[in-house]
Amino acid sequence: MPSEPPASLPSERPASLPGSSRATPVAGYRHRRRRSAAEAAIETILRVNGYAAVIIIALIFLFLFKEGVQALLRIPLADFIGTTVTDYRGNPKTVHLWQPVGDHPKYSLLPLLCGSFLVAVPATLVAGIFGVACGIYLAELASTRAREVLKPFIELLAGIPTVVIGFLCLSTLGTVVQDVLGTTFRLNAFLGAIGVSIVIVPVITSLTEDALRAVPSELRVASYGLGATRWQTIAGVTVPAAVSGISAALILGMGRALGETMIVLMATGNAGLITLDVFSSVRTMTATVAAELGAVAQGGEQYEALFLVGAILFAVTFTLNVVAELVIERMRRRLRL
Amino acid sequence: MRMRVIGALMEGLCRLLTLVVCAVLATILGMIVVGGIGVISLEFLTGTPTEGMTQGGIFPAIFGTVCIAVLMVVMALPLGVAAAIFLVEYAGKGFGPRIIRAAVNNLAGVPSIVFGLFGLGFFILFVGRNLDRVLQTGLLFGQPAMLWAAATLAILVLPVVIVSTEEALRAVPLSHREAAFALGATPWQVVRRTVLPQAYPGILTGAILSVSRGAGETAPILFTGCAYFLPHLPVTEFLGIPMINPLDQFMELSYHIFIMATQSTNAQLTRPIQYGTTLVLVILTFALNLTAIVTRNRFRRRRGEAHT
Repeated sequence: MPSEPPASLPSERPASLPGSSRATPVAGYRHRRRRSAAEAAIETILRVNGYAAVIIIALIFLFLFKEGVQALLRIPLADFIGTTVTDYRGNPKTVHLWQPVGDHPKYSLLPLLCGSFLVAVPATLVAGIFGVACGIYLAELASTRAREVLKPFIELLAGIPTVVIGFLCLSTLGTVVQDVLGTTFRLNAFLGAIGVSIVIVPVITSLTEDALRAVPSELRVASYGLGATRWQTIAGVTVPAAVSGISAALILGMGRALGETMIVLMATGNAGLITLDVFSSVRTMTATVAAELGAVAQGGEQYEALFLVGAILFAVTFTLNVVAELVIERMRRRLRL
Repeated sequence: MRMRVIGALMEGLCRLLTLVVCAVLATILGMIVVGGIGVISLEFLTGTPTEGMTQGGIFPAIFGTVCIAVLMVVMALPLGVAAAIFLVEYAGKGFGPRIIRAAVNNLAGVPSIVFGLFGLGFFILFVGRNLDRVLQTGLLFGQPAMLWAAATLAILVLPVVIVSTEEALRAVPLSHREAAFALGATPWQVVRRTVLPQAYPGILTGAILSVSRGAGETAPILFTGCAYFLPHLPVTEFLGIPMINPLDQFMELSYHIFIMATQSTNAQLTRPIQYGTTLVLVILTFALNLTAIVTRNRFRRRRGEAHT
């Protein structure tokens, strides 16, 4: 996430370079003082706490992949794509199913991946349009007063528990969407995508706004000076300058959409189909873990397979986060912030 | 001329889409209030579920939510505040702090269900089972319990605490630290006496936000301690005083909504209870969020005035 410019430190640099560094204010001071044992102990304690986040991420890696690798060792790799079964006539055929319970458990990951993306991609598209528009409005168009009212409002939207959105999709919105669009399934990927997009709009909005605010005002002033209108400045100068930050917002939004659990668990119907039809019932990776882990024997094949699904999910979102961070870093360097 | 028309249209579109987002929020709130307001009563808030979960109140769920939020903050706040103090006041700009920041950012992006898997795999099966083996007290720690659910949520909200505390610490002007150092204060004295008192409102904001975030999460506690129904509160007598029992399972509001809406015997029949529970949860999280946002804005404004 783009950290906002620190409180400006007027005494330290000329006024012509507003917020031009990400200085950590006081590091370095400690070397000037003789340090007592107590001071050293306190610093060590703080340091250990500081590295806790690193340790936790490492532990998550370790404990997900420890079980996930077990699944890879125990279940033949080809089974994660499809399983060959014989139909009632005795002809062998390959099926792509996630059916971990039964005599012949099937562990195809394809329907789960398909389901996850069928929710996450439309959700990111919808939320992207709304989120970027909101971000542009809040950063470039809104008056200070409108901003002061609207921004907390949108932040409140981010504060709605996801289970509440999932519940509304399940209880009310599902019926409305089915009546309006005449879909076969009441609970489907599209409904899940709508629910998920409600959750990620605030994320994309605030990151887009941050990115646009990070664009130096000299650029805007120069554009106006050349006779551009406000919208020409936004479309031709500000947004292109902030495009890395806005892409990072979309990437992070997509990561959130892929990882969203309660909404998809309640709103997508949880039928593991391989389809590209956004109005069909789907089963996502997150919902599979949430629905099955509670009722599975520890250390069993299915248990390990579910950890593998979790590990894949973690790897995907981790990659998206790192990519987004690199993109933001690039923008920061280009704008010399 | 044409550019002006296009510009006006596009600006109008941005404004319209923003209004739509706000309207969606208003609609959501409206639906919840309309659906839930009729259900809320003193009996609903203080009673326990009866008639096979189709009647009665949600007091055990409210109680569980409060308990787990308290436990979570107790775990996450010291860790997160200490980490932020280290990052801002001690660490400087080296490789270590950069790694920590990257880890915090990534932690914020980990899907909540992954935290659930981690809570089960690490806290319950690894930490809990090994504690049981070492202590030889029979199965006590190695099972889903409030302690582990709170620990899982504490990890989930850790980035929230760290980022808000960092912001609060950075807002303290450098000159105040310089003045303290000039008077001969040690680094910790500077932090303790000069920085922390000023950063206090910001840290409080982070704590409130983390509570509201944690109270609304369901996926991490699905396997780490939530119960559909418990005949008793997770309370135990300790030295004659009733205390929260962190080794017991608990009921929780968000989980209650989920389980009632998807797995109760008659989801239509219990719809009012579901809406009522949703309303209670939303009021709880909104009250917390609103407090946090207002505190933070006031804090930021004061800081802005101090600098200009």
